[in-house]
Amino acid sequence: MSETVSRISIACRVNGEPRRVQAFPLERLLDVLREEMQLTGTKEGCGEGECGACAVLLNGAIVNSCLVPAIEADGADIRTIEGMAHGEQLNAVQEAFLECGGAQCGICTPGMVIASVALLERHPHPTDAEIREGLAGNLCRCTGYQKIFAAVVRACESISDKKWVSR
Amino acid sequence: MEEKFFGNSVIRKEGREKVTGRARYVDDLAFPEMLHGATVRSSIARGRIRGIRFGDGIPWSEFTIVTAADIPGKNEIALIEHDQPCLAAEVINHPEEAVVLLAHADRYLLEAARRAVQIDVEPLPAIFSIEDSIAKRAVIFGEDNVFKSYHVEKGDVDTAWAQADIIVEREYRTGAQEQLYIENQGMIAAANPADGVTIWGSLQCPYYVHKALVTLFGLPAEKIRVIQAETGGDFGGKEEYPSMIAGHAALLAWKSGKRVKIIYDRAEDMAATTKRHPSRTRHRTGVTRDGKLVAMDIDFVIDGGAYATLSSVVLSRGTIHAAGPYFCPNVRVQSRAVATNAPPHGAFRGFGAPQSIFALERHMDQVARALNLTPEEFRRRNFIRKGQTTATGQLIQEEVNFNALLDRAFRESGYHAKRERFARENPGATIKRGIGFSSFMHGAGFTGSGEVYLASVVELEATREGIVRILAASTEIGQGTNTIFSQIAADALGIGYDRIEIAQPDTGAVPNSGPTVASRTAMVVGNLVETAALGLKRTLVDSGLLCDACTEDEFVRACRRYIETRGPLRSRSQYEPPPGLLWDDATYKGDAYGTYAWAVYVAEVAVDTVTFEARVIDFVAVQEVGKVIHPVLAAGQIDGGVAQAIGMALYENVVWREGRMANGQMTNYIMPTAADVPPIRVFFEEQPYPFGPHGAKGIGELPMDGPAPAIVNAIENATGICVREIPATPEVLMEAMTAKAGALV
Amino acid sequence: MRAYIPAYDLRVPGSLSEALALLSREPGIWQPFAGGTDLMVLLEAGKLSHKRFLSVAKLDDLRGLEVTSADVTLGALTTYSEIQKHRVLQKDFPLLCAAASETGSIATQNRGTIGGNIVNASPAADSPPALLVYDAEVELVSARGVRWLPYHGFHTGYKTMQLATDELLRAVRLPRRVKKWRQYYRKVGTRKAQAISKVCFAGAALVEHGVIRDVRIALGSVAPIVLRAVKTEDAMCGSKPTPAVIAAAMETLAREIAPIDDIRSTARYRLRVAQNLLEEFLSQLAK
Repeated sequence: MSETVSRISIACRVNGEPRRVQAFPLERLLDVLREEMQLTGTKEGCGEGECGACAVLLNGAIVNSCLVPAIEADGADIRTIEGMAHGEQLNAVQEAFLECGGAQCGICTPGMVIASVALLERHPHPTDAEIREGLAGNLCRCTGYQKIFAAVVRACESISDKKWVSR
Repeated sequence: MEEKFFGNSVIRKEGREKVTGRARYVDDLAFPEMLHGATVRSSIARGRIRGIRFGDGIPWSEFTIVTAADIPGKNEIALIEHDQPCLAAEVINHPEEAVVLLAHADRYLLEAARRAVQIDVEPLPAIFSIEDSIAKRAVIFGEDNVFKSYHVEKGDVDTAWAQADIIVEREYRTGAQEQLYIENQGMIAAANPADGVTIWGSLQCPYYVHKALVTLFGLPAEKIRVIQAETGGDFGGKEEYPSMIAGHAALLAWKSGKRVKIIYDRAEDMAATTKRHPSRTRHRTGVTRDGKLVAMDIDFVIDGGAYATLSSVVLSRGTIHAAGPYFCPNVRVQSRAVATNAPPHGAFRGFGAPQSIFALERHMDQVARALNLTPEEFRRRNFIRKGQTTATGQLIQEEVNFNALLDRAFRESGYHAKRERFARENPGATIKRGIGFSSFMHGAGFTGSGEVYLASVVELEATREGIVRILAASTEIGQGTNTIFSQIAADALGIGYDRIEIAQPDTGAVPNSGPTVASRTAMVVGNLVETAALGLKRTLVDSGLLCDACTEDEFVRACRRYIETRGPLRSRSQYEPPPGLLWDDATYKGDAYGTYAWAVYVAEVAVDTVTFEARVIDFVAVQEVGKVIHPVLAAGQIDGGVAQAIGMALYENVVWREGRMANGQMTNYIMPTAADVPPIRVFFEEQPYPFGPHGAKGIGELPMDGPAPAIVNAIENATGICVREIPATPEVLMEAMTAKAGALV
Repeated sequence: MRAYIPAYDLRVPGSLSEALALLSREPGIWQPFAGGTDLMVLLEAGKLSHKRFLSVAKLDDLRGLEVTSADVTLGALTTYSEIQKHRVLQKDFPLLCAAASETGSIATQNRGTIGGNIVNASPAADSPPALLVYDAEVELVSARGVRWLPYHGFHTGYKTMQLATDELLRAVRLPRRVKKWRQYYRKVGTRKAQAISKVCFAGAALVEHGVIRDVRIALGSVAPIVLRAVKTEDAMCGSKPTPAVIAAAMETLAREIAPIDDIRSTARYRLRVAQNLLEEFLSQLAK
């Protein structure tokens, strides 16, 4: 067996809380979240950065946590699906997914919610094309994306209280 | 009964858990002292195992190691036939055969160990195509490589050719397709001789896994317990394969004395688990000059891979749907499922029908062309109607109005105006536009006497707080089982949707309501939920504790009174077939299905002549489904099925190398993204089916059948090229368009 | 996940000089690790045989975008997202922005870097054809000093390049000469988003009075390296893009590229589409 390196200490903020864990330097952030921190809401779908089921917000930007080495989490601010709701109060995207049928089997949903939140933070009134582009990194096999688009539109309306208009 | 929840888009029962990330899928579960398990597989497609070598540098004494010799019962995954081993012992028949299982607490070390095991296999000649299998280049199953064959005969095809003015013959092919549920397959097992075997897993059919483990371990039924965890997509891919992975996890648990979790990564899941059966269909069709079908001769072959598994049933459905929703007095369908040295192919939404319907609906356009009729006019002259018989001789007893479905689909899609505009604008255009359609049906429920054989059972029980729990083996896999059962039960009992709870499918606690397949869950099992709910209410009414018309509070009080004074409040409902259904398994004649959903789908495409890429621009799906239980969920089923079928038609190509899937990563196996799907516009017609709950028919698989031929018909409209295989990738279109252009020179 | 993770080391140097010193002391032992979007994929597939990595992700010397009137210099750690947001890049170097927007997904674009893309040296990379068209230069630093090389010629063969084992790529410089040129970029992938390219074409031409005065053409996925199609450029430079000239250029291109069959596509498809893209580019110049 080849020699092993030591675990390193990772200190970060996850969903607003300071966390400290030990991890191997090239351990995936996905595994740090799921195994070390027991935050199992973030999912593995492909392990190659294609499906987006592992998406989280790292220092405010959406990333695929299966492609981020643990060492990058040190000193970082991380938001996961567990941090999207405020206690029992769902955020606008989560409410919209419920109302519009945006979740079927639910396995892509955590990543899809993160991607939708990231999209609306970048484009509060996204066009149809911007919605498709914003979600293109998250694969869904159940919905054909139709009701997910509807959920993003509904969320956008409920956040801004204005009717969404496709440009 | 008031329809307060039925027909409304109530919030998904487990929706909150899913949007918050709290839903627990199998890989989210962990137990103390749990080991991880891994599978060592063959490296070649066919051969004899000569030895197993364990490499240096791994502390093997720390590992649990399992081979076929460790199997307490029979080395077999019990399903229909008995040919598939759980672990290969002497012979390898496909390149992903499991040979050795390993378990260890450290999953990184486990992976290093997996790579350090060598299976020495002495090669035997292998076959990889339908042609080679039929030609018996090597015989790998039985005497002739045929798992199953069917012969459907209606009228007298042989003499009917004489009545035909035109005969059209063509061959069509479909490739393998990977279900690509976003949650990889996984199981956790606890197993020991004293307590038996308990499984938690990602699965569709707990009782299928249960049956397989009974055989594998030689234990009585009550010693095996299978529990469904929240499951991240199935589409048939988790119908039979879970029995294999559950068996593996359980064998490791049995030998180690610890709980074992096996989770596949994407590469292993794609390569080793089942895919849609590749197919080859040959049509020979005779028509009169005025466009009436007089003879259909269909040869339908599917590639089953190395073991029989479900191929006979996939073949059955493909065979029955092969002649479509048309009336033809003389029909012959001969079909075979043949063996090749690929990992066994299995259930995938549609289950043989997408394959045979692709061929038929492409062929109908060809026959129309030969007759100089439009695709729709030819079909209008042959659509089946009430009072006519299908290819199996089933008398259609419901109103089927395909003309109306076609009219609506054309109206919603703007079909004629677009066709005319495209014909005007295409010459000289870089992007050629086209529009095409397909008309088809899908039989709901198990074929023939299948539902009688299943004898499904649903139970309900009430708590003293007035909560009613539904006990069924039907699984929620995203399609909305939990939600629609709750709607049905709430209305039947006259109580709130929130008073209904769905018990976790656990073979130790719920009766067998049959597998979650064949578009039967709403129609067949939903019906049982309703009758069981009505039965529960009847029990309360008959006991004098409740009136027929009661408030929710009265219901709750009655439950408490009943339980306090008489004991458990339960009801049970068992499947009874609709009257008058007759099916002959030997001749394959009669009433194949209780009912069919009928549909017309229209696809508009754009073909880029610079890159030869075809894209679906707009999609209209019109279907008659009996009754819509939940508008959002129902549309969601159509949306998702259409998207998967768009993948099947244009993008999803399995690249085979010596029986092995070479492109088993999401980077190289291409499913549509949010940027690739068109708007999918869904419309429902309702002709209530008397034997479905409130008239509902099954719809889960219907949307998989129609899109591919509609899309390829549209490509032909756009470019004039006649593509007869899917996926119609840009490479395929380039060769066809180049050949066509060359032929014109 | 098919790697023995505990065997992989990732060192984080505090400064560029510390990083270069380590590379100088132990050449070939340490490979640079930037965003990780390529290396982590290899790791998870069990295909990352190299075990010791040097993180450059925190080195400020490799960050930043500098604009002068003569050129724009991008630090090696500039991400695809940063490229797309930069106003001068959008105006002067639209092909690079187009390439960045079509690389992977937004999540990939937030992590992937231009330097990592160059050093990963995939012949299917999306940005390098744009860099070739723009006559990019690359800055290589080591403990021995600094040197600038033209990016054209940096790649010498499949996955081999003029980067010494003690060197790091620090920056990419784009001369601001092509603002008045007509520019074209088209990536043909397996689907509309998140696709590895089957053929990628970048072109820029200076057209005066209908004549092509100067031209740059570069392609991805049709050779062992990203390719500057100089013979095809020569075939049309000084000519009007008439149908005859276009046809001759297409034929020259066919002889200059070497597409292959692989799990994504076929040689015949790549050849045909590459020619079609050239035709499309040149036809646009004729307008």
